[in-house]
Amino acid sequence: MTNDLTHLTIASARDGLDAGDFSSVELTAAHSAAIEKSRDLNAFITETPELAQAAAAASDARRANGAALGAMDGIPIAMKDLFCTEGVQSTAGSHILEGFVPQYESTVSRNLKEAGAVTLGKANMDEFAMGSATLTSYFGNTINPWKASSGPNAGKDLVPGGSSGGSSTAISARLALGATGTDTGGSIRQPASFTGTVGMKPTYGRCSRWGIVAFASSLDQAGPMTRTVRDAAIMLGAMAGHDPMDSTSTPMDVPDFESGLGKGVKGLRVGVPAEYTADGMPEEITALWQQGADWLKDQGAEIVEVSLPHTKYALPTYYIVAPAEASSNLARYDGVRYGLRVDGDSLDEMYMNTRAEGFGDEVQRRVMIGTYVLSAGYYDAYYVKAQKVRTRIAGDFTSAFENVDVLLAPTAPSPAFAIDEKFDDPIAMYLNDIFTVPASLAGLPAISVPAGLTSDGLPLGLQLISPAFDEVTLFRAAEALEQAAGFELPIFGPGEG
Amino acid sequence: MSYIIQGDTGDWEVVIGLEVHAQISSASKLFSGSSTEFGAEPNTQVSLVDAAMPGMLPVLNAFCVEQAVKTGLGLKAQINLHSVFARKNYFYADLPQSYQISQFELPIVGKGVVVLDMPDGTTRDIGIERLHMEQDAGKSMHDQDPRRSFIDLNRSGVALMEIVSDPDLRSPEEAGIYVRKLRSILRYLETCDGNMEQGSMRADVNVSVRKVGTDDLNTRCEIKNVNSVRFIMQSIEIESQRQVELWESGGEVVQETRLFDPAKGETRSMRSKEFAHDYRYFPDPDLLPLNLTQDYVDDIAATLPELPDEKKERYMSDFGLSAYDAGVLVVDRETGTYYEAVVGKGRDAKLAANWVITNLFGALNAKSLSIEESPVSADQLGQLLDLMADDTINGRIAKDVFEDMIETSKDPAVIVEEKGLKQVTDTGAIEAAIDDVIANSPDQVAQFRGGNEKIAGWFVGQVMKATQGKANPGMVNKLLKEKLSD
Amino acid sequence: MALDRETVQRIAYLARIRVNDDRLDQIAGELDGILGWVEQLSEVDTDGVAPMTSVADVLAPMRADAITDGDCRDKVLANATEPMEGFFTVPKVVE
Ligand SMILES: [Mg+2]
Ligand SMILES: [Zn+2]
Repeated sequence: MTNDLTHLTIASARDGLDAGDFSSVELTAAHSAAIEKSRDLNAFITETPELAQAAAAASDARRANGAALGAMDGIPIAMKDLFCTEGVQSTAGSHILEGFVPQYESTVSRNLKEAGAVTLGKANMDEFAMGSATLTSYFGNTINPWKASSGPNAGKDLVPGGSSGGSSTAISARLALGATGTDTGGSIRQPASFTGTVGMKPTYGRCSRWGIVAFASSLDQAGPMTRTVRDAAIMLGAMAGHDPMDSTSTPMDVPDFESGLGKGVKGLRVGVPAEYTADGMPEEITALWQQGADWLKDQGAEIVEVSLPHTKYALPTYYIVAPAEASSNLARYDGVRYGLRVDGDSLDEMYMNTRAEGFGDEVQRRVMIGTYVLSAGYYDAYYVKAQKVRTRIAGDFTSAFENVDVLLAPTAPSPAFAIDEKFDDPIAMYLNDIFTVPASLAGLPAISVPAGLTSDGLPLGLQLISPAFDEVTLFRAAEALEQAAGFELPIFGPGEG
Repeated sequence: MSYIIQGDTGDWEVVIGLEVHAQISSASKLFSGSSTEFGAEPNTQVSLVDAAMPGMLPVLNAFCVEQAVKTGLGLKAQINLHSVFARKNYFYADLPQSYQISQFELPIVGKGVVVLDMPDGTTRDIGIERLHMEQDAGKSMHDQDPRRSFIDLNRSGVALMEIVSDPDLRSPEEAGIYVRKLRSILRYLETCDGNMEQGSMRADVNVSVRKVGTDDLNTRCEIKNVNSVRFIMQSIEIESQRQVELWESGGEVVQETRLFDPAKGETRSMRSKEFAHDYRYFPDPDLLPLNLTQDYVDDIAATLPELPDEKKERYMSDFGLSAYDAGVLVVDRETGTYYEAVVGKGRDAKLAANWVITNLFGALNAKSLSIEESPVSADQLGQLLDLMADDTINGRIAKDVFEDMIETSKDPAVIVEEKGLKQVTDTGAIEAAIDDVIANSPDQVAQFRGGNEKIAGWFVGQVMKATQGKANPGMVNKLLKEKLSD
Repeated sequence: MALDRETVQRIAYLARIRVNDDRLDQIAGELDGILGWVEQLSEVDTDGVAPMTSVADVLAPMRADAITDGDCRDKVLANATEPMEGFFTVPKVVE
């Protein structure tokens, strides 16, 4: 029984709760137990089973009184540790925020709370969301529950993608029914692809950034990570909404994403952008991409070749814009008001000691790159230039969407790689986000749907991108892809990792 | 008004530009809902946004935008319908975000002008380069504890307007007049209370010197955060002298920020690292560009009050006042309002101006009162002028009555009545007094008749004394002349 | 373009991150690699293109000037190292 409850989806758990088949307390206990048994995966930085039990009991009481709040009421979820949660340590995966206990609740986590969702704990992540493998977390790396069945990585511990790697692992290892992620350049979609789960980044401005530890303000966006497209639609509905506390939050009503499902893709024009290829990309990814197009075509969609000519410049653009904003956003971690302080003989010494010890290598690297590209004499050549190229990249999408309703592309240029894989230079790691960054720069909604397995038995995702605020169409197309793919998430036994 | 520093190698002039930080009179901060009230307990007027907690975001205060536009209009400046907030990045203990949200490339207000009223009655135009909105930092206190500096973030995030002048000022006096005039405009507009003691107005003073007759702009130094008009003037005197001495001794002025120490009467370099200043401005991605419409600006323009320059113009043309008198009366809105109430319908405007400027200001100064706290209301002062106009009292008695009014706040007619100060206009009574004086002063009468006409004044004084000052001076003069000539 | 040790030191100071001398060369190499890689953006013709600072296509929202926040010193100081008498504290600054 306990085990079965972790095999549900959000939709089926909702139905079971409504039918009285089980309680939220039972559902939550099953997941808390699973988390405990799977600690070797290191999916969570902070577990909050007692708080979860209390929230679940409150949910059950509401339901008993006929006052259930909606689809998420009583559903146990994992919260990426980038979301500030009142009274619960929130670290952003960084030593510099170790022990930081926010006195406030982020808007997205509050929305979920107010929808009745039960938070099981704070999911591990790359430090300040800077990474694609959850290897940069100060609290240790997270392990992907998947194992390659053959090939050079057979049996090795694999990365769960990143930065939302704790979340992707929690979903794939069935430690939670849903998880929040944040996506700045691919941090929801790429880990979803690596773990055989659904990861959805909404339109920039759809979810409030208030209370989310900022990485790159013009790119950061929260989104759901789930095991099905329907679950993602349900969960996004609870997360999204205009927030007057976030000036970049769009004053727009949230559509009923779930009700848009089940309509099929007949007549939908699906663009296949020619430029979404990368050096050394496995042939099987290209083949899966083609397969995805065929699946949609078989269901009545029209496949259209499109061109997004500036695609190859997206990644270098991103690696100017994001570090620049991060260098400024992370300047507040100075040891004065919260977080780590490493003393020094002067204020400057204290700053330098604190930030050298508090930030890991990748964060330091990006802060320094960002500082450099904004500094006198380089600002125009790097930052302004990148912003102009960003305009071009966004323009590519605008042109493409004159002819198509959604775009189909691979999510990542590779499956999950081994934790001990050595990247000789940082750029090799950055290339993980080559297919996810363009939509981020343009602020567009995008989703990764698990679509198949490599010959070594590792999951691969396909990505759909839609015009801004057209998540309804995005989910519709994603559901069609999901159904055609018929992807089955295995049941990983605890301790296998 | 030329201000020349005589050096060994010749005459030098000083070139001054001011960056005035004026706190916008708003209830809440520029980007958060916490209070701006002065003098609260440390860190009680701090929101999680002001303390730069992780994930906190700014939301712009509409009132502050309106005040900045209003001020721009008051400075006859161009209003930029499109402006952008930018981050100025630097680390300091009282700057919680480690960046200040300011405006850089695209400020809300562009070029404008401030007209200075010079003491000789002439005017001088000082260019305004720009006005931008920005947040204030918190406050560091360095002398509370032997090992620690204390940080209070109450001011953190308070809305400021930074008003940058062109380098058009040429003397400490001009700088003083400029700051006072700017403060006067801000107070008229009610966009800033101009209270320098509480830090709602303070200036960064840019000073350079050059040989008279040259046009070059030499290296300047910026004296940071000077918080009174007197200190602004003193710091310019001291800094320009320092620079002249430095140039003349073969040294070179280096561009730097300096601190004015009024106690020591010196400016000194602020401790700074070699590459300390690179603010890395970039548009704040947490805030969208600010786009205003012309209608919005026009609506604000329609609510603009009459400003000191226009009021001065009106006083000169409508009331026939001198430029100097008019300039004094328009310095603040309250004085103008008071003065106009004294003039009322048709009182002698020049006489009213004299009374306000000389008698009222004198009395208020002596008591350190503002015009709003005046014990004599404008209406009462008007009544006093009426008593003079209808010959109830003469000018000399009026002064006594006024002194009484300042002490008691009584109506002048009441004082005149109580003290029996009505002017004596009865010819018989005055004649009797004159006869008395003439009879008792044979020597003086002889002198007068001997050709010493100056002694007539002495007779007037005696008669006034005999009537306790109440006699109508015109009648006394006239009758005395008749009687002495008899 | 090659980043020298001095530049790395200057950047590290601006960012207030202590970088020990023995790491300067390695960091210079890494930053150099990244900067060399992003250099490819110069290939893109951006004449007359406006820089994009935000994808959000809405006007800056504004709030009314009302006191709705603050007065929460306990929350503000809750995570501070060594607060004293209602103040944050830092190593003494000599001005
Ligand atoms: Mg300045
Ligand atoms: Zn300023």
